[in-house]
Amino acid sequence: MNLQRLKTDILIIGGGTSGCYSALTIAEKNPETKVIICEKANIKRSGCLAAGVNALNAYITEGHVPQDYVDYARKDADGIVRGDLLLTMSERLNKVTAHLEKLGLVILKDANGKYVTRGNRNLKINGENIKPILADAVENLENVTVLNRVNMTDFSVSENKINGAFGFSIDDGTFYAIEAKAVIIATGGASGLYKPNNPGFSRHKMWYPPFNTGAGYAMGIRSGAEMTTFEMRFIALRCKDTIAPTGTLAQGVGAKQVNSLGEVYENKYGLTTSQRVYGTVMENIEGRGPCYLKTEGITSEQDESLLKAYLNMAPSQTIKWIESGKNPSQQNVEIEGTEPYIVGGHTASGYWVDTKRATTIKGLYAAGDVAGGSPQKYVTGALAEGEIAAESVLEYIENMNIGTISEKEISLHKEQAEKYLNNNARFTCEQIEEAMQTVMDSYAGGIKTNYRFNEKQLKLADEKIISLMKLAEELHAEDFHELMFIYELRERLTVCRSVIAHLMARKETRWHSFAENLDYPEKDDKNFNCYVNSKLENGEIKIITRKLVKEHENYEHSN
Amino acid sequence: MSIAIDRNKCIGCGKCSIVCPGSLIKVENKKAFIKYPKDCWGCTSCLKECPVNAVEFYLGADIGGMGSLVHVEKNSNILNWIINRSDGITTEIKINTKESNKY
Repeated sequence: MNLQRLKTDILIIGGGTSGCYSALTIAEKNPETKVIICEKANIKRSGCLAAGVNALNAYITEGHVPQDYVDYARKDADGIVRGDLLLTMSERLNKVTAHLEKLGLVILKDANGKYVTRGNRNLKINGENIKPILADAVENLENVTVLNRVNMTDFSVSENKINGAFGFSIDDGTFYAIEAKAVIIATGGASGLYKPNNPGFSRHKMWYPPFNTGAGYAMGIRSGAEMTTFEMRFIALRCKDTIAPTGTLAQGVGAKQVNSLGEVYENKYGLTTSQRVYGTVMENIEGRGPCYLKTEGITSEQDESLLKAYLNMAPSQTIKWIESGKNPSQQNVEIEGTEPYIVGGHTASGYWVDTKRATTIKGLYAAGDVAGGSPQKYVTGALAEGEIAAESVLEYIENMNIGTISEKEISLHKEQAEKYLNNNARFTCEQIEEAMQTVMDSYAGGIKTNYRFNEKQLKLADEKIISLMKLAEELHAEDFHELMFIYELRERLTVCRSVIAHLMARKETRWHSFAENLDYPEKDDKNFNCYVNSKLENGEIKIITRKLVKEHENYEHSN
Repeated sequence: MSIAIDRNKCIGCGKCSIVCPGSLIKVENKKAFIKYPKDCWGCTSCLKECPVNAVEFYLGADIGGMGSLVHVEKNSNILNWIINRSDGITTEIKINTKESNKY
């Protein structure tokens, strides 16, 4: 592998929603600042928005204030959110939306030029091209260099301060050591930890991008960053088989959740995100499955709009309707829970950040799904966090020098990558990945156990993940793309261990399905109305509990 | 669920390969092919890029697919989704990218 050393003011890892928006913000506020974005695919369609998105789910509609959004997210997470993060994000939702529209996003307006809302917090859009719109804007920036197909794998951190990061090109294997004054991590969440709904040929027909492999979490964990709330897993309620979103049916045409007897069951279990999943699980367990969203009886005009709406976001679902020869008005849509994901844009898992989105590693900032404490951020919240992180970084680098990475450290990381190219392996990367997913599915609350687990199972899961980590070290890569697969597996294994440790530490059941501990089936406000955080110290995951942070508090890292 | 690329139609421009969020499509000898078909997410970005409609999308049998082949013809603001079912019936859905969803 050829070595290339680069220097920049700010390194952004991940060119998805929030990474792109951070770059736009930096260029707008301080156009002289040099920025490098490292993206493992190509920013045009990378990240969560490849297929598009059919609504903006986080917007402060008329008659509401940002605090209403905070209240909604707090209720959905049963209290375990960061008020400061949610409020500072909510205050910017409408501003970033206006900016998106200026960049070219189509948002539905009424005759008076006002946005048309869907429910209390959503706007109707045509978001098929939302990512190309963002990417085009970034590519036009003079001092922003985008390195596409460069997969970053490790931070360089000394004395708890970041100096840069390492990675490699998946095309030609160039090994990069990039030194920076500060780094924004924006790599998204983690999918593929658990066995997916359809583990065969269509294993990647999952809701969350299969290419979001938890790189940012893993890099942070290995460098000793504090993480929060990994036990609040996100399990999505989705259309069966296509794993397409259900919000468009539930909120767009008012489809209710019904069981096979035709009974509406959603009110029986509650309407928070986790309760909607839990209710569906329970109806199935008690013999009243399968469950559906009741679309029978909607109008043919609604049919046509739904077929289009899904093509703009999850085309498989439209194809499914057409192949079956029946529109949603003629058949209810079967629903199921997905495998659990770790994703800070929907639940609260991720980096423990201060109000400025600084992580516990000096000079490292986090935005989007990789940042914790602030669930329900969706697209606009990720943009808002990208903006906040960018502003904070600009302030931070004012009197900073570019970090220095030693030759020795570069050699160590480069040799590690080269080792995989030369290994003689007993197993393939795919085999170890499947083994990991089976372990998580069986012992850490996957689909197989209806998302439930107990401590004995979690202990087994941890032991087995540790042995898989050892086997993964022996894997062999035939080319640089396969080398990325090995690093992705390594990231997922690292994240798995943290998920297990967090599930073990929250000795209560606050959220059914998301973290359903059979040893502690009740909620325990006395001991667990707090954050469960973790930090890797000398190879051991240390658990730290922290008091809830309210809005209007300016949270700073202290210990 | 994955994509298939018609070698006869493919002109080797590589646009599908650039845009794939998993970098799963490679170009060799001026022909694009999907190297890791099981890793496809089904985002259909590649369909929208192909200038000669050589990229087709299908649902796997494991998720109830019936063998339809889907491609997208792009004409300025219009994305025309063409779904060719295995029974010979073709459905076209035209979407104006400048018009918002209703739901």
